Amino acid sequence: MRTPPQNILALLVVMLAITGSIAQTQEANLVSVEQLQSAIRGDESKIQVINFWATWCAPCVKEMPLLEKLHLSDNRVHVRLVSMDMDLDPNPEKVMAFIRRKKLLSEVLILNEKGPSNEWIDRIEKTWSGALPATLVVNNRNGKRKFIERQLQEGELEKLIDEVNN
Amino acid sequence: MRKGWILLGILSAALTAFRPSFTGYEIGDTATDFKLKNVDGTSVSLADYKDAKGFIVVFDCNTCPYSKAYNSRIIALNEKYVSKGFPLIAINASDNSSPGESTDDNISKAKKHTYKFPYLIDETQGIARAYGATNTPHVFVLNRTPQGLKVAYIGTIDDNPRSPDKVTVRYVEDAIDALLSGKEVPVKKTKAIGCTIKWKPA
Repeated sequence: MRTPPQNILALLVVMLAITGSIAQTQEANLVSVEQLQSAIRGDESKIQVINFWATWCAPCVKEMPLLEKLHLSDNRVHVRLVSMDMDLDPNPEKVMAFIRRKKLLSEVLILNEKGPSNEWIDRIEKTWSGALPATLVVNNRNGKRKFIERQLQEGELEKLIDEVNN
Repeated sequence: MRKGWILLGILSAALTAFRPSFTGYEIGDTATDFKLKNVDGTSVSLADYKDAKGFIVVFDCNTCPYSKAYNSRIIALNEKYVSKGFPLIAINASDNSSPGESTDDNISKAKKHTYKFPYLIDETQGIARAYGATNTPHVFVLNRTPQGLKVAYIGTIDDNPRSPDKVTVRYVEDAIDALLSGKEVPVKKTKAIGCTIKWKPA
């Protein structure tokens, strides 16, 4: 029995739709500080760019296109967008909805720490006051790191990456 | 003569290069007084409070979700400690051109929550910079001593922004209770995730 070409076409459309929707609805993983740290430390092949943000934080949302652009344009870099929303709101759905709405392509993680932030902010970065947004750039090959605790300007990420590369 | 100028040039360059960047107060520093405009139109200074044993200075804002989450706890702090000699002074240091942070917004917030404490406007952001405030709400507990107002605690209000009923450590209350009973402040400095103070463009 021969399958009519229309059916094959329909199947193809369905398959494309499925893969398309998988690519679009990226689900953010919930991580502890320890899991985040070992993820950052574990990769020597790429410069690690870790951006701390929250859906309620206007300057974070404003600078996000710079991080997305970096993720798409520079394959020497691994960009992680770490949401701090759960510090205030136990339901991660708002973050998931934000990812879908903005169609974020960078890896998104949601920090899920039970303990008070006073106990873990220093473990991420000693000079961090806890204010958002904040961005950490790490080169595991030479141990160099840069930290910025304010909204990023155009071109700033590229400069930081150059600095940890040299 | 020319050598002198060159030397002076090198010296001033060296001084500029090694001048430590000012990062605000540390525990034990003497806090500066200020004269800032209140939501009722008057000006408020710490010196106005002749009988105060100290102060709870809170850098706050209107739109930050952490400020909202902590609002009733800020009001309760003043209620609990004003009679014990530690009045609360709230200061909005956010760029007042940013949405929701204008003087009118401050006035309506103070009205809505019937503030019984000043809600001041740090228009130049100079006091926030002098204190080293970064987040909102960011608390500085000041203790009056013969040598002036000493910074006794810097940080967050308690250990659970999300749910007041699940708080286990009340940092600000513990600090003031210790000061009132002449004891050492148990935790002098804390950090917390929060909104950044919206700085005016340089």
